[in-house]
Amino acid sequence: MHPVVKLIAQRLALGLLLLLAVSVLIFAGTEMLPGDVAQAILGQSATETALRNLREEMGLNQPAITRYFQWLGGILQGDLGTALSNKKEIATEIGARLGNTLFLAFWAAAVSVPLAIGLGLLAVRYRNRWPDKLISGVTLATISLPEFVAGYILMYLLTVKFRIFSPISTIYDSMSFGQKLNAIALPVMVLVLVVLAHMMRMTRAAILNVMQSAYIETAELKGLRPLTIIARHAFPNAIAPVVNVVMLNLAYLVVGVVVVEVVFVYPGMGQYLVDHVTKRDVPVVQACGLIFAAVYIGLNIFADVISILANPRLRHPK
Amino acid sequence: MRDMSDKPLLDIRDLKIEATVYPPGEKPKTMTLVHGVSLTVEKGKVLGLIGESGAGKSTIGLSSMAYGRGGVRISGGEIFVNGRDIMKGGAQGLRELRGKEVTYVSQSAAASFNPAKRLMEQVIEASLIHGLMSKSDAEARAVGLFRKLGLPNPETFGERYPHQVSGGQLQRAMTAMALCPKPDLVVFDEPTTALDVTTQIDVLMAIKEAIRDTGVAALYITHDLAVVAQVSDEIMVLRHGKMVEWGTTDQIINKPREDYTRALVSVRSHEHAEKPSSGDPVLKVENVTARYRSVPIDVLKNVSVEIEPGHTLAVVGESGSGKSTLARAITGLLPPMRGQMIFNGRTLSNDLAGRTKEDLRELQMIYQMADVAMNPRQTVATIIGRPLEFYFGLKGAERDRKVQELLDQIEMGKGFADRYPAELSGGQKQRVCIARSLAAKPKLIICDEVTSALDPLVAEGILKLLLDLQKQEKVAYLFITHDLATVRAIADSIAVMYKGQVVRYGPKSDVLAPPFDDYTDLLLSSVPELRLGWLEEVIAHRKMESAGN
Repeated sequence: MHPVVKLIAQRLALGLLLLLAVSVLIFAGTEMLPGDVAQAILGQSATETALRNLREEMGLNQPAITRYFQWLGGILQGDLGTALSNKKEIATEIGARLGNTLFLAFWAAAVSVPLAIGLGLLAVRYRNRWPDKLISGVTLATISLPEFVAGYILMYLLTVKFRIFSPISTIYDSMSFGQKLNAIALPVMVLVLVVLAHMMRMTRAAILNVMQSAYIETAELKGLRPLTIIARHAFPNAIAPVVNVVMLNLAYLVVGVVVVEVVFVYPGMGQYLVDHVTKRDVPVVQACGLIFAAVYIGLNIFADVISILANPRLRHPK
Repeated sequence: MRDMSDKPLLDIRDLKIEATVYPPGEKPKTMTLVHGVSLTVEKGKVLGLIGESGAGKSTIGLSSMAYGRGGVRISGGEIFVNGRDIMKGGAQGLRELRGKEVTYVSQSAAASFNPAKRLMEQVIEASLIHGLMSKSDAEARAVGLFRKLGLPNPETFGERYPHQVSGGQLQRAMTAMALCPKPDLVVFDEPTTALDVTTQIDVLMAIKEAIRDTGVAALYITHDLAVVAQVSDEIMVLRHGKMVEWGTTDQIINKPREDYTRALVSVRSHEHAEKPSSGDPVLKVENVTARYRSVPIDVLKNVSVEIEPGHTLAVVGESGSGKSTLARAITGLLPPMRGQMIFNGRTLSNDLAGRTKEDLRELQMIYQMADVAMNPRQTVATIIGRPLEFYFGLKGAERDRKVQELLDQIEMGKGFADRYPAELSGGQKQRVCIARSLAAKPKLIICDEVTSALDPLVAEGILKLLLDLQKQEKVAYLFITHDLATVRAIADSIAVMYKGQVVRYGPKSDVLAPPFDDYTDLLLSSVPELRLGWLEEVIAHRKMESAGN
């Protein structure tokens, strides 16, 4: 078997194992909360008999291990259970929400990743000169600003001062693609500002590290232009560290955008999660936790795989 | 047609080069690396630049492309290439010069090729960037050069990645890369220094033929006079950034005018009379077979050698022959699978963990890279004092006195105890490492290529010191090296290793006397000799022999 296939298979297997471990943690964590689902449904004033009957009905009297495997078995068949608060299928609810979150994350990534890498290349090209300092200064300023502050500032500027966008980013299925894009413009901008600095700085640092190599000198002595050297000779060797940071930020775009969703009233996973935490809707919280973990692990495995593929020693063994 | 007048191709006048260094906590210092050197290279001629490290030879070589490494800059003088002052062309002018009129072959081709790109793409890159030829023409030319330089499967060689070919092949590929854009001048910066002696001879011949066939001019930079004598028409000797002597190759090696040149010429002629055998060996290695965990091949196969007290056993062979693995097996870092080692009459545990403190003390090691073998944040006194504390429990004034004694022994005297490794020269660092190993009062010191990273004259000083210390302390050396001149200068007995086996072993006088086995013959005849025409003789001799077979 080609060693790359073996390595990738190993990574995938490890990722699945990790996901299994996370599911145990999530289940155990919610299990440790005081009270149980029956208590949550019936409220503080419920009688002992009512509680016992409901527990019997929901199978809550069975040992935790049995319930864990029932829960896990359901998930493997695509059944995430029903929400306590509104008795709806969690899977269908989450399906729509996850789609929205991925839509927002995708566009934020589509703007921020090329921009961050491009700015990183430029910062290296003009290192320690004013373009480098400007790029670093501005991106560091935007990352230092809390998302909600950046969100409200942009909202003030672009919806109140200059009426370009709508302050509410809620999207519906009935909207056209262009309308949707227009609606999410503001949250995309905020997210870009938040993730830009990290990826840009890492690109800059990784390429600068490579720029010390002897083959960069070879390229200079061939009479190549500085930007050609950086893009053609330095960047391909800096992909592995850059990809890892890019993936971390993509994971953040999916998992960590609660604040932005709330600020712009965007119907994504984050808002859904926060709503149901306040309602103590344990099955929903569990499902969201598991999906976030899967996204996080999945993206990191993807980063690993790209790092492996970017290494010519692994791709083309002797 | 380029410039047709009789002006020299490269004309450097009164070149001054400076570098600014930024020592931590101090003001930046400006040092002068090259003090007014002038030289010319005619079309199609080869000028050898020779000198020890710090002589400024690479700096001068790179100045012909107006390139300075790190904080190095050209601060005075003029550089003309094809009659044009290259300092006046601006960044655009320099890009036109580099990779088109002047190209460069570095010491380490392995580091100078981009690991992420196929060889062909890199070899033809300069030709394409400068618009010198079409892609298909450039590829055809590259294949032709691969063939001329003796690379295997020249048609498909370029499809490989740098890590897929050997060091010697990469060095030839880099020569092809330099010749591909049909430059007027190639700067060869120690192109064979990193290669094994048996590989060096092939690469040297390939470079020489390529220079002859393409009519390109060259600056050939090296610290090895015997090597440069084979390829250059003229030689310039440099020291401390100044010219010492400049003449034809014949004049420099046969009738040197300056003392320094004479010292360089004679540095190879040291001989060491072997000591008579004295009976019981201090170390007996018996049938040791070892392999690394990840590779299912025996790196050492049934190796048996012994060393007598106060004697030196030189282990020679090319890279990958198992020399350093033998050292790792003896020190216990790589426990052998079979075989045993008897040290001072007691059987050593194969595994490091099973050895006594006494075993550890009596068996010390010195490494090739003195820089990385010392903690950069410890002073010389701490470094040398550590084994004194660890093995003998010396403390305070007593320890300091002993440290000073050791410093005197390595001829470094007062004032060094409080210095940090970064404040020492390469030779001084290696001396401190020697003192550290001596501090343990060992019976045997394993010296792994301890002079390979040093300049010839400095290396000679280290060898002399080791021999003196051996006389005083009666310590035995297991001396690992690939350099046969070093072997002649220090060994009492020799083990020649090839592919993990000892192919020839015995007292020095026997091993170095004919009749030879095939490998030892190849190894010995590959060592460059300091005379004109040596390279052609050896190549002609080998061709004849292979035709005879």
